[in-house]
Amino acid sequence: MTLFQIFIPFLIAPFVPLIGKKREGRDLGMVLALVPFLLFISFLFEFINLKPASITPEVYQWIPSIGVDLAFRSDGLSLLFGLIITGIGSAVFLFAGGYLGRGIETIKFYIYILIFMGAMLGIVFSDNLLLLFIFWELTSFSSFLLIGFKHKYVASRYAALQALLVTGLGGLSLLAGVILINSVTGTFSISAIIADPSVIRESSLLVPIIILILGGAFTKSAQVPFHFWLPNAMEAPTPVSAYLHSATMVKAGVFLVARLNPVFTGINLWNDSLMIFGGTTMVVGAFLALKQTDLKKILAYTTLSVLGTLIMLTGYGSDMALITMIVYLTAHALYKGTLFLTAGAIDHSTGTRDVRILGGLLKKMPFTAYAGIIAAFSMAGMIPMVGFVGKELLYETSLSGEPALFFGVLFAGVVMVYSAIQAGIHPYFAPEKETPLSPHEGDFTLTAGTVTAATLGLILGVSASTLLAGMVGLAVSPVAGKTVDVSLGLWHGFNMVLFLSLGTIFAGYGLYTVREKLYLLPQVYGPLEYLMPSKLYDKALNLLMFTAKAQTSFFQNGYLRNYIITIFATALLLVGGYFFYHLDLTELVIDPSMEMYEAIAGVVIIAGAIIAAVANSRLYAVMALGITGLGVALVFILYGAPDLALTQFSIETLSVILFVLAIYKLPKFLKLSGKNSKIRDLIIASSMGVFITFVILAVYVHEHSSELKDFFASESLPGGKGRNIVNVILVDFRALDTMGEIMVLGIAAIGIYGLVKLVRKGG
Amino acid sequence: MSTLILRTAVKYLIPGMFLFSLFLLFRGHNEPGGGFVGGLVAAAAVILYTLANGVEMAEKMLHVSPHKLIATGLLVALVAGITGWIAGKEFMTGIWLDMPIPVIWKFGTPVLFDIGVYLLVTGMVVKVIFTLADTREGGNQ
Repeated sequence: MTLFQIFIPFLIAPFVPLIGKKREGRDLGMVLALVPFLLFISFLFEFINLKPASITPEVYQWIPSIGVDLAFRSDGLSLLFGLIITGIGSAVFLFAGGYLGRGIETIKFYIYILIFMGAMLGIVFSDNLLLLFIFWELTSFSSFLLIGFKHKYVASRYAALQALLVTGLGGLSLLAGVILINSVTGTFSISAIIADPSVIRESSLLVPIIILILGGAFTKSAQVPFHFWLPNAMEAPTPVSAYLHSATMVKAGVFLVARLNPVFTGINLWNDSLMIFGGTTMVVGAFLALKQTDLKKILAYTTLSVLGTLIMLTGYGSDMALITMIVYLTAHALYKGTLFLTAGAIDHSTGTRDVRILGGLLKKMPFTAYAGIIAAFSMAGMIPMVGFVGKELLYETSLSGEPALFFGVLFAGVVMVYSAIQAGIHPYFAPEKETPLSPHEGDFTLTAGTVTAATLGLILGVSASTLLAGMVGLAVSPVAGKTVDVSLGLWHGFNMVLFLSLGTIFAGYGLYTVREKLYLLPQVYGPLEYLMPSKLYDKALNLLMFTAKAQTSFFQNGYLRNYIITIFATALLLVGGYFFYHLDLTELVIDPSMEMYEAIAGVVIIAGAIIAAVANSRLYAVMALGITGLGVALVFILYGAPDLALTQFSIETLSVILFVLAIYKLPKFLKLSGKNSKIRDLIIASSMGVFITFVILAVYVHEHSSELKDFFASESLPGGKGRNIVNVILVDFRALDTMGEIMVLGIAAIGIYGLVKLVRKGG
Repeated sequence: MSTLILRTAVKYLIPGMFLFSLFLLFRGHNEPGGGFVGGLVAAAAVILYTLANGVEMAEKMLHVSPHKLIATGLLVALVAGITGWIAGKEFMTGIWLDMPIPVIWKFGTPVLFDIGVYLLVTGMVVKVIFTLADTREGGNQ
């Protein structure tokens, strides 16, 4: 069942162009939004009927030899994420059709985003670490396509590559961590690992495992110092930002941490890292949000802050903190998805996202305004929104934790209120100003999703003690690794936490009144600039490109002769050096006696080689090489290898013809090598010749008894039904090699064609 | 190079060369020969024709374009490989027909594979020769 649910998006993706032929733009969005919506309904039914005691993983064998199964597990945590992914997905799918309009680009968008949704569902439902990793990488990959969606812009391509490299690096870290876990536990099954965490906890590899896993989670969830890719990823179309970069993909890191929390919780390295990195991200994100004027950037930096908060809460480790994490995560997905989409609607309708010139949209865009305002209330933590419940819990949790983190939480809380006012209140209530387009409300595809999501935030807040508590209860138990009783309420009376809540709201409003000054804040402070991770990223990338370029132009400078010199010299130094060091000259058997015809073949070969070397024209050289080749064919015949001889004859004939045709196209004048390079070439060539000669002599002495030889000889007729062993090896025993070789031949032909024709066309 | 003698000689040589290449292809399983060398001989026949009559005539004589030969060869080889797979064995396992076939004696996927190699090698060499020998502007497509 889960397998089917996860693969539905992948199955539908190839048919999007077909559907897109019949229905374009917003109609296409309406049709495709059914996919996440129906999945949402199915997850909802599962969630309602979930019995935590009787969860059994769904396992299909995939690659049994290395323990990779298509194993899925739908517990409360998976299903909550599944609901978020498909729920916000429905809104985004619906929105994108109206937002992007008609055209081929929209079709591409839906293909990418379907793949992304499938991958994301794969992550949250996987019960196999390697399977999870594969889906993890698939989200990075589809995110690359989506961030770079407007691929004609440099900024988009830069941001896409950056996100791919940063999250890709994290992916490698995660893979290494997963492999280490496997080496310790002998399994990739998440259920099995959680069932018996002591194996990992007591292993000597515990520290590297934790560091590697966190490396994956922190890059994906944009924790400081890997946070810089997320704001840049706002180059993506707004529906992408709403979906990937607030509601789902960036939460994959949080999910991973939550999923593996029962294994590692209580280990200081785990909890402290989560608290330190999460707390730092929370504060840095909030601080950087202060000066933003672009709606999407405001939302991006506050998303950073929230991601930090979620990681930090997992680090606290108490039941209370984990409950807070789940509530906060749900609330954030609902309000942030909404705010991103309202920002998109505003952008679509006014042509700008700059809060400084937005205002007075309340009457012009009433539905968007409703959704934006409700979502902003939730973000600011106003009663009776689900955000309020989250914020109350957050304050309560942090009051009992580290004082430094408590002040961080308060600061982030204040900025959250300030940003909520900017993103969800200001555009509707501020005095109206001139915008590039005259504002108007979009059709229902642009409003239906946001209105629903915002209202859901309200419903969950009002029903905190029943609906929300039930949901959170199911989701939090897998994170805690035990059954957790959850009792939530909207109203806790007049206490310290409520006072703090009110305080942050006033402080946030205070910040809003001085916003013009905040916009002028510098992005970085003096010497800190040199330590900025984004700068370091650029430097590292430049260094990589520089090294690659230098190395390539040194080794692959386009001169065939230099390639051969490099290859020969390397072989001589490394292989030859080792070979001659271990060579026992007395062992070699040199038999000087030879027959007349052998001598003739030898003379022909040597004569050909000498003529080729001293020839003053390419044509002579080629002919002389041909003579050498035919001499070698003669040797093959003399020593009973007719197959080789036959092929050698044909090849020599053909290559001479090919050479002649190619030389015909070359410039007439031939620049001959100078004396020095002649001496160098002579030394390298003759050393190589000597080396190969000794190798052959040595092989003759140390002839290994090979089982293969006997196998091929005895199996050729019964197994391969042929008496010609060489051919049976080629087309049967080693057919896969031949397959690869003929593929190379075909590609080479296309390459030659391209080279010759392109050069000719280019002048 | 386009002399009357060569042109006339080629006319009679070519059928023989093609036949010989097929002979090499099918005897390859038991005697020296095989798809690779057979393909080379077939290509040599086309080259000879090209030298005598030019690329344009050679293209007409061949009827199929060489890159289609390459693609077909690869496809045939792949089909030969997949057949074993479909029959429930490992990829590339040889499957043989039990009944004897006239002329080529026995038929099975390895023979089919060799035919693929033959086609690809012929197409590859011919493609390269056409590309290099073509003096017309705009290519031979």
